[in-house]
Amino acid sequence: MSSHDIPEENLPAEQATHERGRGAVSVADERNPFADPGLPPHEHRIQDVDERAAKRSERTVALLFTVSMLATLGFIASYVTIPVDKSTYIFPIGHINALNFALGLTLGVALFAIGAGAVHWARTLMSDVEVADERHPIEASPEVRAKVHADFKQGAKESALGRRKLIRNTMLGALTLVPLTGVVLLRDLGPLPGTSLRHTLWAKGKRLVNMNTHQPLRPEDLTVGSLTFAMPDGLKETDENFQTEIAKAALMIVRLQPGDIKDKRELDWGHEGIVAFSKICTHVGCPVSLYEQQTHHALCPCHQSTFDLSDGARVIFGPAGHALPQLRIGVDSEGYLQALGDFEEPVGPAFWERG
Amino acid sequence: MSTSANTNPSAADAAGRSRGKAPAGEKFADWADGRLGIYSLAKANMRKIFPDHWSFMLGEVCMYSFIIIILTGVYLTLFFHPSMNEVVYHGSYVPLQGQLMSEAFSSTLDISFDVRGGLLIRQIHHWAALIFVAGMFVHMMRVFFTGAFRKPREVNWLFGFLLLVLGMFTGFTGYSLPDDLLSGTGVRFTQGAILSVPVIGTYISFFLFGGEFPGHDFVARFYSIHILLLPGIMLGLMVAHLILVFYHKHTQFAGPGKTNNNVVGMPLMPVYMAKAGGFFFLVFGVIAAIAAIVEINAVWVIGPYRPDMVSTGAQPDWYMGFAEGLIRFFPGWEINFWGHTLVLGVFIPLVLFGVVLAAIALYPFIEAWITGDKREHHILDRPRNAPTRTAFGVAWITMYLITLVGGGNDLWATHFHLSINAVTWFVRIGFFLGPIVAFVVTKRICLGLQRRDKEKVLHGRETGIIKRLPHGEFIEVHEPLSQEQLYTLTAHHQYELAEIGPTVDENGVERKVGVTQKLRAKLSNAYYGEDSQVQKPTVEEYKEITSGHGHH
Repeated sequence: MSSHDIPEENLPAEQATHERGRGAVSVADERNPFADPGLPPHEHRIQDVDERAAKRSERTVALLFTVSMLATLGFIASYVTIPVDKSTYIFPIGHINALNFALGLTLGVALFAIGAGAVHWARTLMSDVEVADERHPIEASPEVRAKVHADFKQGAKESALGRRKLIRNTMLGALTLVPLTGVVLLRDLGPLPGTSLRHTLWAKGKRLVNMNTHQPLRPEDLTVGSLTFAMPDGLKETDENFQTEIAKAALMIVRLQPGDIKDKRELDWGHEGIVAFSKICTHVGCPVSLYEQQTHHALCPCHQSTFDLSDGARVIFGPAGHALPQLRIGVDSEGYLQALGDFEEPVGPAFWERG
Repeated sequence: MSTSANTNPSAADAAGRSRGKAPAGEKFADWADGRLGIYSLAKANMRKIFPDHWSFMLGEVCMYSFIIIILTGVYLTLFFHPSMNEVVYHGSYVPLQGQLMSEAFSSTLDISFDVRGGLLIRQIHHWAALIFVAGMFVHMMRVFFTGAFRKPREVNWLFGFLLLVLGMFTGFTGYSLPDDLLSGTGVRFTQGAILSVPVIGTYISFFLFGGEFPGHDFVARFYSIHILLLPGIMLGLMVAHLILVFYHKHTQFAGPGKTNNNVVGMPLMPVYMAKAGGFFFLVFGVIAAIAAIVEINAVWVIGPYRPDMVSTGAQPDWYMGFAEGLIRFFPGWEINFWGHTLVLGVFIPLVLFGVVLAAIALYPFIEAWITGDKREHHILDRPRNAPTRTAFGVAWITMYLITLVGGGNDLWATHFHLSINAVTWFVRIGFFLGPIVAFVVTKRICLGLQRRDKEKVLHGRETGIIKRLPHGEFIEVHEPLSQEQLYTLTAHHQYELAEIGPTVDENGVERKVGVTQKLRAKLSNAYYGEDSQVQKPTVEEYKEITSGHGHH
């Protein structure tokens, strides 16, 4: 900003005198070149000295506030006219909900313009003279401190709390005990675990039902290399406790060449290479669902624990702590796959009582 | 004025008359002052001085996004049904019609597809939450790296820390409410982590979920935690945080006229009412525009939660990514003994999660102990002038970011065609190595910058003008700094080492030196020893050089 094109009489009086150190003592000192020189003199903005520039700023601010008003009207118009399910193509975003787009942008502009107007007003038209405020120590003065301490001692003395130990001790006892009522009330938040984490719906004779078709599975339905998700016969999606039951009973069935199975128990617990494992990851309980046919690896998509389904579903990578439990299966008299009992160990994430 | 009114009846009359003619606003203010005492409040605060620095708006971003979250959150409660009852969906989103889902999920679909503007408010709510937590992180970094947490602001640092932690958990309980497949998976992860807690884990899980996972209760319970318990505490903390900011007054960077005993800036009314008030609308406007353009948490694409289903690329909201990373890279250690299982592979990350966060909370007290400094600090440090603190901060951030990479190890693997095993191993090693490297590098950079400052003070600014001397030598002309710049670059305080002192007194009797005292001396050396700060130029050095021939 050059001041030579502005007549001298237009300058505010205080600008002409370039005094420094408003509110601070100037300690500029020949002996100490690093001394605090005090606040620098205020530099005027164009709006401070040129009324035309100030008028321009005023118009800008007013324009922004007007834009906000128009945007609010636009918001109301969009709300009334645009159907809630209308989709529109906006480059480069793609197809999006037209109402959401219109409401959001008009609201955004209506708000932003108010903010921009206010900030522009503050920056160009309000005084930008820097002022110094004194700070006062947070700590109380020694007199106040002494007074408070004395008052406290007086109050404590008058309460006789230190002298009458019986009152003090019984009061502490009462105040310690009374929160117990709140703790006790929390008891009915849930049942005790008992052995519920050890049992699932699987039992001897329960057929394995395909999760998608809801049909009982036969060995001939399963080709070598396939992965099938199954649940126990009788469990319905509309059942009251379906979510809780499926969270434990979900089953992952793969069919391997019996010769590929390295673990003898796994082979014995399956049927002609068909083996059934819990689908619930032993890490923190996500459903293991990515199966690599060639390597027989199953991967949990949440935390990448990887299990070798040809080797007792042992963990070969990732944070899981133990193998997926296997369900012992066989074929019933009608040729359907059935469970030969419940899982022998708890499914899902490990817990303190698991053992 | 009141005393003079009491002593002089005619003056009282005059005051009464002038009051009669006063404008309505003034009359109302008088009325309110008589009942609320607003004038004494206004006297201290109306023209209160605020210093100006861009980094001071970070806290405002947090405050305003918190207000936006509350406003939009109240609107959402009008339509959301926090219930896990299974219903068949008949709303207007065709692909899910006829599907079985919880009422929570179906009412979320209704908000998104049938309530006009419902989707916008949902998206503003979620975006504002992400920005709120991100804002708190960046705001805390500002406070950390400039040393603004020092006395008298340690308690306010703790309030801020609590707001950050509570903000993370409020966010988590919030995005779990729609009961969609992604958030349900996150809740399952949390439940699995709770189960890993020794002795009481199973019980906590059963009490929290009303029995086995998922049960029928958690949405309703998370709801009351999300909309009442946590935000109620946070609102109180935020008010306390602001009161303390007002009471302590703002910090400021060193500069001409700015001392530890003043605060230089512009008054609240009108400049900061307009600037800070306007900034609320700027923040809200930007978030509304983002919510218009960028879709967030499209739960209808993901579908309702089923504990036996999952999608790939499952990720929590960003601020929980760090917990996710810890749990992903940790080896699956499990110890079985006496019929019990110690699930270290999950429990240690859970503890680490708390420890890493607690380190933030404790830092101000650790540094205060090392310096032994009891003074109030209102002048901010430039990060370079506190190299060890800055290095600790960068090390912490490095560890945080590496863990965040670990939280998305599958995405790194699929997007950059890397092996997931390699990414995981990188995180496992980087978790330990990264912070050390970052610490050393940061400290070096800080010391380098300190040397440059010293150079500038003593020899002036490089002007870029090359001058040829009569005898043919070329020199670069250095321009001496102004007194303002000299003061700014030398204003920082440099600590003396905490010495143990002689361990044998004049009588030859050995003095006992405690372990903590020794530790403090060691740490003090690490912070302020020869290798940890460049002695700032002294007036003598400056005079010796400037009294010479202008160059050496």
